[in-house]
Parts: sequence; structure tokens; C-alpha cells
Amino acid sequence: MSEANTALSDERIKNTSRLRTALIRPELGGICGTIIVFALFLIFAGDSGMFNSQGVMNWSIVSAQFMIIAVGACMLMIAGEFDLSVGSMIGFAGMMIAIFTVTLEWPVWQAILVTFALCIAIGALSGYIVVRTGLPSFIVTLAFLFILRGFTIYLPQLIERRTIIGGIDDAAEGDWLAGLFGGKIFGGLFQWLGDNGIIATFERGTRAGDPVVDGIPMLIVWAIGLVIVGHFILVRTRFGNWIFAAGGDAQAARYTGVPVNRVKILMFMFTAFCATVFATCQVMEFGSAGADRGLLKEFEAIIAVVIGGALLTGGYGSVIGAALGALIFGVVQQGLFFAGVESSLFRVFLGLILLFAVILNTYIRRLITGER
Amino acid sequence: MTALIKKIAIAATVASLPALAATTALAEGERYILVSHAPDSDSWWNTIKNGIALAGEQMDVEVEYRNPPTGDLADMARIIEQAAASGPNGIITTLSDYDVLSGPIRAAVDSGVDVIIMNSGTPEQAREVGALMYVGQPEYDAGHAAGLRAAGEGVQSFLCVNHYISSPSSTERCQGFADGLGVELGNQMIDSGQDPAEIKNRVLAYLNTNPETDAILTLGPTSADPTLLALEENGLAGEIYFGTFDLGDNIVEGIKDGIINWGIDQQPFLQAYLPVVVMTNYHRYGVLPGNNINSGPGFITADGLTLVEEYAGEYR
Repeated sequence: MSEANTALSDERIKNTSRLRTALIRPELGGICGTIIVFALFLIFAGDSGMFNSQGVMNWSIVSAQFMIIAVGACMLMIAGEFDLSVGSMIGFAGMMIAIFTVTLEWPVWQAILVTFALCIAIGALSGYIVVRTGLPSFIVTLAFLFILRGFTIYLPQLIERRTIIGGIDDAAEGDWLAGLFGGKIFGGLFQWLGDNGIIATFERGTRAGDPVVDGIPMLIVWAIGLVIVGHFILVRTRFGNWIFAAGGDAQAARYTGVPVNRVKILMFMFTAFCATVFATCQVMEFGSAGADRGLLKEFEAIIAVVIGGALLTGGYGSVIGAALGALIFGVVQQGLFFAGVESSLFRVFLGLILLFAVILNTYIRRLITGER
Repeated sequence: MTALIKKIAIAATVASLPALAATTALAEGERYILVSHAPDSDSWWNTIKNGIALAGEQMDVEVEYRNPPTGDLADMARIIEQAAASGPNGIITTLSDYDVLSGPIRAAVDSGVDVIIMNSGTPEQAREVGALMYVGQPEYDAGHAAGLRAAGEGVQSFLCVNHYISSPSSTERCQGFADGLGVELGNQMIDSGQDPAEIKNRVLAYLNTNPETDAILTLGPTSADPTLLALEENGLAGEIYFGTFDLGDNIVEGIKDGIINWGIDQQPFLQAYLPVVVMTNYHRYGVLPGNNINSGPGFITADGLTLVEEYAGEYR
């Protein structure tokens, strides 16, 4: 029996159990972190309204926001680059939609499409500058952080003499494309849940009797959709392998025929796309664009990605992990409010928990893979 | 391996237990949450924090202060939704952008939480979102009154140092001042940012390129303190007409030294203190004042500075 075994197996291939194979994945740390975070908040904030329908919707939306930008940041980071202009891109994209619809009075669908084209083109430009000059993407996108934020403050000041442009919701009414970003789905289901007393309803006002949560916002649908698409591209396609190769060792990848520059530029464009999705959802929900929208969001995206197990040096990571990182970040951020943590200490807790999550993640990865 | 994870989880639970428990188990009384639009870096809001803390102590109710760390108003909307979900007796909030905040505030009102609008917003907007009342200083009117006062003293041009340009109420202050003077606002308002060194240098640069400027209007300690330093550096301190919104240690010092002509006090203490008192009495005894409360504007000049000086930055 043992002889037959040695004859069949190749001594260069290491035997690993099925369980071990299932566990060696970048998102394992994220999964553990998610379980721990939920357990902690169930203990400390279980009766504070965090887990009623309004509370769940609250942290789900915040997590979904992080998720949308984290997917783009994650794939770009795996390809070995950074984008620090995500936050400014969010402000810029929102402001462009506002200027197109309110000042130029374009139909909303046209404003959205032109904004997407413009922002993806800016993403391509920063990607092109990075691969052409060989400068660190950190510096190039830092420049775009200032350039885009500057325009976001200057343009509305110049055109409307204000820094917040409102009135987009009126223009967006009945628009076919606006509903794809600002609408809600499963309204009937939530109405039914409300009618049957499963979730709370409004007690007074014009909406009395309506459920407090009246549907799943498209923001969440976009987040889940982007995670699925991103994960599929990354692990199931040849292009996904190229992304890993470009971030792992760009020169080696070039020798094997991977179009590294094209991959990187496309990832910059995808990151810009994700930022624009975020901005469009926000503008359609609130009906206005402001010059201060999206401040520091680039760091929140990077934090979510790192919690999710990606390496800052590129070549390693997972979209599912980044999504879990976004979930952890969102739940912790909103959960601390629910747990009643003193507001001036809020950031101390946030920092400690994030640090803990990353350390745990790294430790688990080393323990299992035995590498690095 | 699983034992290790378990160990880490238990360690984390135990470590965070005392801190969390200390903040959740407070007074038995009513619970009120104040949500502001101010970023963490804005020191002026310290008075607001002291105001609600004192009111909470005196009325024996639980009070909390919340704000979006970067001043992002979309984040603030989430905080209001979160505050409503946690089921307090009342929410006290600023209404610095009607488009963004009216939805979450109205949803809070409709789900049975009483709301008072403080500081930013207008009495009309407060009524539209279903709030009990508005406590604050009408910004445009305050700027206008200041403009009329300055016009009476011969001012014809000015520089508005705007350190929070993304909030519409800041522009209203400058616009009101310009209209009070009877001049166009035009390029007389600069976006100074929040960093003291940048503010100082931008003010210096503006005064260098526009030496004919008669007056300076700053919108709070964040822009006033660096402006004071700028004026000391270029020797215009005491020469140029200088008015400011809001108070702080250095502003009070500046008024005393004759560098600042006046400060407009909107009395933020009252904006935080009164809503807690009003709501507690409303919830306990069903009594409610019949109108909005104007906490300002009051002009503070070199006369009668003793109390202001003593409590500047704390309660004034």
C-alpha cells in the first residue's frame, strides 16, 4: 500500500489536507475578524438599537460605501499600485453631476454618463503617468488628490457662488439612469414586514404606518455586484492572473508576456469607476453635491483592503477579503456610536480595533501559510 | 490554531470591557444626542460640548455629542440615522445643508424622536422638517447687522477669511456683511482652509496684493487667531478695521488690546444648553416655549469684557 503511494506521488508536490487548502486563502483573517467584531458588538451593543431594522440598515449602508471603493482599491493594490485620489474623485464626480444637471440643465442620465467617462479618463491619465514616468503611484495620485479637490471647490464657487449645489433630486425624478443609483428595491417586501410587525413603522407624520426601512438602497446592490464581479475577474479569468502577476513581480510578468502597463492603467480606470459609482449613489440619495464630500475616503478604502488581508506591496489579496474588511470597518465605526463610546475617545477605539484586526490577520496568515 | 484565535478573542473582550461598560451604564433619565456638522479640528465646538454636559448634569439626563470627524455632511446624515436608530428621547442637530439632512431628520421625527434644530439652518427649515423649534443666530441677519455697523464707521472694502467654505452658512455671513456695507462680495472672500499657517499666509498674501482693503472679517477663532498673527507681522494690527464672528481666548485678548473692534457672540452655550432644558421639561411636564429662540447676535466690544474673558472658550 505504502509502496503504491510513493510510486504515484511526486516528491516535488507537498501533500496538504483538504481543510488546509480551504483555509489558505487571503480572506481567512477577514472572516475571523468579522465573527469577532459581530460577537463583540452583540455583547456590548445588542440592546442599543444596533440590530433592529434601522440600525442594521445604518451600518450596512456605511459598510457598502466602504465596499464600493475598497473593491477598486483592492484590485489596484494587488496590481501593485495605490490611488490616493479616491476621496477627491468622489467629491469631483459628485460636483460634475451637479454642475451638468443643475447649471447646464442636461438630463440626468447624460450628466451621469459624461461624468463616468470624464472620471475614468482621469483615472486612465494618472495610470498613464505612473507607467510612463515610473514614478511611485503614491506621488502621482497625491497630486491628483489636490488637483481634483481644488477643482471641486473652485468650479461651483465660480459658477454658482456656492460650494454646495442642490436640486439634483428634482431633476432626477423619473430619470431611467438615476433610479439605478439612487433607488431602492424590494419595497414591497419591507412594506409587508412592516405591516406584519416584524420591523418598526413610523409613528407619526406623513409617512405614519410606513416601515422605517423601506427597501434595499441601490448603493448596497452596487456594492455586492462589484464584489462579485471583482472576485470573478480576479480568481476565474486570465486577466485576474495578469493582475496578480503585475503586482507580484512586474518584470517577470513582462518576460512571460503579460501586458503589465495595460493591466495597471485599466486598474486605475476601474478605481476611478468605483469612486464615481460611490459619488453618483451619494448625489442621487442626498440630492446635492458638496465640495467637502469624500474627504479621507482614500485612506478608509486602503484600511478596508488591508484589514481584508491584502499586502501593501502588491501581488497578494482578495476582493472578498476587502469586502469583509469594509464590513468590519463599517460595523466598528457605527457600532462604537451604538455602544455609547465617548465621542472624543471614538478614534482611539477605532484605531485600536483596526490595528488589532490587521495584526490578527497577519498572524493567522503566517500561521497557516508558513510564509513571509 | 483555533485555541489561539479563541484566546485572542477573549483577551480582546476582556480588555475592552471596562471602557465600554463605563460609558453605557450612565444615568437612568432621558437620553439626548447632539449632532453637529463640525470637524474634529474646529475648537469652537468645545463650548457646545460644555453646554450640553452642564445641562445634562443640571437636568439629570444623559447627553451625548456626535460629529462627522472630517466635517463631511453625508457622514453626518448617517450619524443622524444612527442616533435615531438608537432610540433616544430627543435629537438636537444642526441643519447646515437642507438637501442632505432634511431626509434623515424628518425620518427621525416620524419615528417618534423629538428634534430641535440648533446653530445652523433657518426657523423656516426647522419647521419644515418637523422640529420642535430652532435655537440659534440667523447668519445672514447677523452678517448684515455687522455690515451696517462697519459701514457707519467708514468701511468700504473688506476681506472675508472663510475657513469653512463648504458650509453654506459661512458664505451667508460674508454675503450679509457685504450687503450691509452695500458692496459686491466678489473676490473679497477667500477660502483659507483650516490650517493656521496656511490661513496666516493667505491673509498676508491677500493684504499684500490688495493694500487698499479697509476691513477684515473672520468667521471664528479658527480664522481669527492666525489673522491676528498675520496683522502683527505686517504691522496692520490696530490699523485695519477688524471684526469677527464668535469668541475665543485670543479674540477676547485682541478686543482688549484694541486690535479687534468687535466680536459677534452668537452665544453657543445657549444653543446647546437650552435645547436640553427645553426638551427635558417638554418630556417631563409637557411644557414648551411658543417660539424659536434667538441666541444671538450680540456685539462684544472692549467694554464689559470681564465675564467674557473669564469664560472665553469654556462657556462663552
